[in-house]
Amino acid sequence: MAKQILKRLGIGVFILFVFSLILFALMRLQPDDFVQQRWGALAMQNGMGDEFLDEIRRMIGLYGPFFQGYFRWLGNMLRGDMGYSLLEMGRPVTQVITEHMWLSFIMSLIALIISVSIAIPMGIFAATKQYSKFDYTTTALVMMGISLPAFFFAGLLIYIFAVQLGWFNPALGFGDAHMAGVSNASRFFIRAWHLVLPITVMVVLSIGGLMRYTRTNTLEVLRSDFIRTARAKGLSEGAVIYKHAFKNTAVPLATMMAGILPGLFVGSMIIEQIFGLPGVGQLGFRALQSGDIPLVMGYNMFIATLAVLGILLSDIMYVIVDPRIRMN
Amino acid sequence: MQNKTSKTEKEELLEKDFPLNGTTIQNSGAIALELDIVEESLSDQVKVMSPLQLVLKRFFRSKLSIAGLVMILFLFAFSFLGPLFRHINWLPVYEELERFSTDDILVMPFRRYMEDGITYFYYVTRTQLTYKRLSQPDIYNILGTDHLGHDIFSRLMYGGRISLGIAFLVIFISTAIGVLMGSIAGYFGKWVDQIIMRLVDLIMCIPQLPILLIIGAILDMYTGPPHNIVTPAMRIWLIMLVLTVFGWAGTARLVRGQILMLREQDYMLAAESMGLSASRRIFKHLIPNVMPQLIVSMTLGLGGVILAEASLSFLGFGVQEPFAAWGTMIGSLRYFHILTNHFHLWGPPGFLIMMAVLGFNFIGDGLRDAFDPKMKR
Repeated sequence: MAKQILKRLGIGVFILFVFSLILFALMRLQPDDFVQQRWGALAMQNGMGDEFLDEIRRMIGLYGPFFQGYFRWLGNMLRGDMGYSLLEMGRPVTQVITEHMWLSFIMSLIALIISVSIAIPMGIFAATKQYSKFDYTTTALVMMGISLPAFFFAGLLIYIFAVQLGWFNPALGFGDAHMAGVSNASRFFIRAWHLVLPITVMVVLSIGGLMRYTRTNTLEVLRSDFIRTARAKGLSEGAVIYKHAFKNTAVPLATMMAGILPGLFVGSMIIEQIFGLPGVGQLGFRALQSGDIPLVMGYNMFIATLAVLGILLSDIMYVIVDPRIRMN
Repeated sequence: MQNKTSKTEKEELLEKDFPLNGTTIQNSGAIALELDIVEESLSDQVKVMSPLQLVLKRFFRSKLSIAGLVMILFLFAFSFLGPLFRHINWLPVYEELERFSTDDILVMPFRRYMEDGITYFYYVTRTQLTYKRLSQPDIYNILGTDHLGHDIFSRLMYGGRISLGIAFLVIFISTAIGVLMGSIAGYFGKWVDQIIMRLVDLIMCIPQLPILLIIGAILDMYTGPPHNIVTPAMRIWLIMLVLTVFGWAGTARLVRGQILMLREQDYMLAAESMGLSASRRIFKHLIPNVMPQLIVSMTLGLGGVILAEASLSFLGFGVQEPFAAWGTMIGSLRYFHILTNHFHLWGPPGFLIMMAVLGFNFIGDGLRDAFDPKMKR
């Protein structure tokens, strides 16, 4: 088991290494004068001119021989130094990312809890009543949820609930315009209210896949021999499903959950962008738009690390949950 | 000489074995006749269906798959045939404009003529064609116009061509690459398999959207005035290329898995012992058996590609002006005054994207059920 996990870890590290190489190569593909293009106007404004631009070039560290630059960047990153963000007033990239990731994490976590607590019971119920009306309706709804583009659904919700009905502040963002004079408690509620729509979007988008996954797995379990045995023993249908079937459905679900967990920190770039929430996704998008190279690279390495971590965790979970694999 | 003698020996042997040739023929004829009768009566009672017919029958039994098919056919007719009917009566604007548009994609509600090397623009006031920006729907522009005066309804049609075209091209090319790589990996195994599958692992682990966005941003830098290397049309092809690079990995993994399973089957042993070449064994005997899964994954993949392209275009790094994809058009909702006041700008493309993805998903699901021989119904 330890050997398997070590092997997986090795593959993960290798993937991250190749990813960092691709990322660095992509960054080098930018035109030579992009610093001038992006920051030239600002330099003029500050009256600093070429010094300022040179400073930025040095900070980005994209010039000089390819591998020299790459390994310097890699070495710095391994020591936890991802450079300084130009967008966020020259603060360290790691600090900026850790600051923004908690909002993304909280939103995704709440959305995950809600969608799991709706999707799993519904998935099991749909599986037990296969080919019933309930099954068909939920399947159709699930398909609609999967097919919905996040940006369109978010736009619709804002249009209907914030603009037309006026239930939410259509100015979006994270908090109202004048938050200074309000007490902590009401500030919390105002902020929570701002998260209702984005979380709704996340739940509706993720619930479909989760439900379908639960349904197919439950169907598979319900066809197996031990369920027939349980029924033949004369157990009640409830005991068969919730005691015998559910435990086995939970195995793939637990594996999937473990894979999702690290991804919660990534958040959703599109949803955060539309709702104007200062999560890590919006940070990455702004960095990309403004050409903040250290932050773009840091953000992408952050995402890739979490993705690899997710795959690793789900592999480990698989080994832990399923004893048949542990034995081999 | 030896051959001749052996042949004659064989013939002698045959004659020895079957001395009563005539009678055996008569007998077998009688049996064949009887079999014919039995077969005819069977086929009278039971309707014989080919596997394809069976699949189609199962496919059309599901209402959802029919709904999906109708949606996709509608979208295709809308975007590929729709522009041909722009001259019909209730769309008077388009006939007028077509001759004067600078680009087929652009529909500019003004005329242009050249005189002494100077280009003049003028509006057609007689037919009430003025340069309308962000106008609400009316009888001429049934979905209104956008901030540049483009007619939304026409743009939806042309946008559909781009969105659907990208999706189909990406899926076909990436599936072809995936089949090739997957079958090579599955069939040859060993180090070939190792290399290809590590590559697949890598592609599947890499977060797709950020890389797409970075590439889009880099393309942006080359689009601007100082460089002018990347034209908007070239951008579409480059985006397709990138989506293809990301797309083939899943197919390769699927094909490899199937081939590893099928390789052990008896008929593959038979094909090998008959001395068929590797490429013939793979493409004539293995791939046709992977076809059902492949078709299902292609159909479901179409929806995925449409969503990926739309997300990219929505964020402004995908298809750009003067071309329009549905994602580009819906991207206008990032501007607050458009989100609140101009539903006709971003609502319709959103519905069309949803319809396309939903249609492909319905068809894919229906096909999966239809191909699955274990289906109970």
